[in-house]
Amino acid sequence: MAETQNLFSNLQHSRDAVCRADGLACARGAITVFEGVSFSLAAGQALCLRGANGSGKSSLLRQLAGLLPAAAGTLTHPDPAYGTHYLGHADGLKAALTIAETLAFDAALAGYRADNDAYADIAARLGLAGCDWQFVGDLSAGQKRRLTLARLIMDPRPLWLLDEPMTALDAAGRALVTDLAEAHLENGGMIIAASHETLDFADEEVLLEPRR
Amino acid sequence: MSGLMRIFAAICSQHMHLSWRSGQTMLAVSFLFIAITLLPFGLGPELKLLRALAPGLLWVVLAISLLTGLERLFQADYEDGTLDRLLLVPLAFEAVVLAKLLGHYLALVLPLILAVPLAGLLLNIEAARLPVLLAAMLCGSPALVLLGGIGASLAVSVRRGGLLTVLIAMPFYVPVLIFGAAAGRAGLETGVAVGPYLGILAALSAASLLLAPFAIAAALRSALR
Repeated sequence: MAETQNLFSNLQHSRDAVCRADGLACARGAITVFEGVSFSLAAGQALCLRGANGSGKSSLLRQLAGLLPAAAGTLTHPDPAYGTHYLGHADGLKAALTIAETLAFDAALAGYRADNDAYADIAARLGLAGCDWQFVGDLSAGQKRRLTLARLIMDPRPLWLLDEPMTALDAAGRALVTDLAEAHLENGGMIIAASHETLDFADEEVLLEPRR
Repeated sequence: MSGLMRIFAAICSQHMHLSWRSGQTMLAVSFLFIAITLLPFGLGPELKLLRALAPGLLWVVLAISLLTGLERLFQADYEDGTLDRLLLVPLAFEAVVLAKLLGHYLALVLPLILAVPLAGLLLNIEAARLPVLLAAMLCGSPALVLLGGIGASLAVSVRRGGLLTVLIAMPFYVPVLIFGAAAGRAGLETGVAVGPYLGILAALSAASLLLAPFAIAAALRSALR
């Protein structure tokens, strides 16, 4: 418990970190999904990506995570291997693992190990009961979504890329995301989220225009 | 344990854990036994014939049991988004791939190889002759997993890509099967040197170990785009 608390709380990210796109374009096969997208994000800022279905919000997030190469333009962002969290549509959860085992894997990917009490603590903070015995496969969509938030808490990284962060979450779950996001921004973190909803923590918006 | 080691160990042990929990290990071992048990029905109960064919049959059945498990090597992680996540860890992706392959080897292939002596007895190989066959399999099986991994990574984005995986991987298996079966046959006879065969099998494994992680990582990266 003590170990995890020290790791998570009051971590200040570098105030010099930036995330910038300049004339960014994305191509899927022969189709250009978007082009000429530019924005700049400094420490402590959050950006909300807006646009119709198929306008390339998820592709832009994947580009920012380094999973998809940019067709044109330049990207400046923290090294994805150390500095980026990407929470996409696919949650990366394993149905056959318990919540505690999932959290232990998250911790290991962050490079440390905590004890079961710490995992139970995090699960409780995310509003999940039965940490030791509950299998991920038995969780509801909203509960799974909450469980993915554990990564954000357990591995402090400056840039969060969130694809539809409010999907499947109830009011308490949305408040949880907003709280986590606000704390992250206060610590000098950056957030880029794609969403159709109003995100309280985002102060800027980028609209991806549909191309004809 | 350093952070990078911990990540490697976590990926490896999670893979082992999941393949054990999903019953993959038991299924593959059971498949090996069923296949070996069925062979005498097809070939006839001629003990001499069975013994002569045994090394080759055991290698082929081992390769097939191994191939059936390969489909899920990366596909589950590809579909549920785990691979996206594993690209964003401080560990080089080639090392991530190696961790998964090691987990696969320990969880699935090692139990298969340990089951082979028992299966060999069913095919009328004397217990005293089995260590050579076992040694040959220990030397050659890493190559089977690593080369099979290339097939699995190339077919990762294809739903129900198991058969495609087999088609891609099988041709790579030819050298291992040739030298593996030859080592097994040499082990059945007295006075024939098996060392060179084992050496070639180990060399095939070593070469695969050097090259396959890069090929697999590249294939997976391009599948994730």
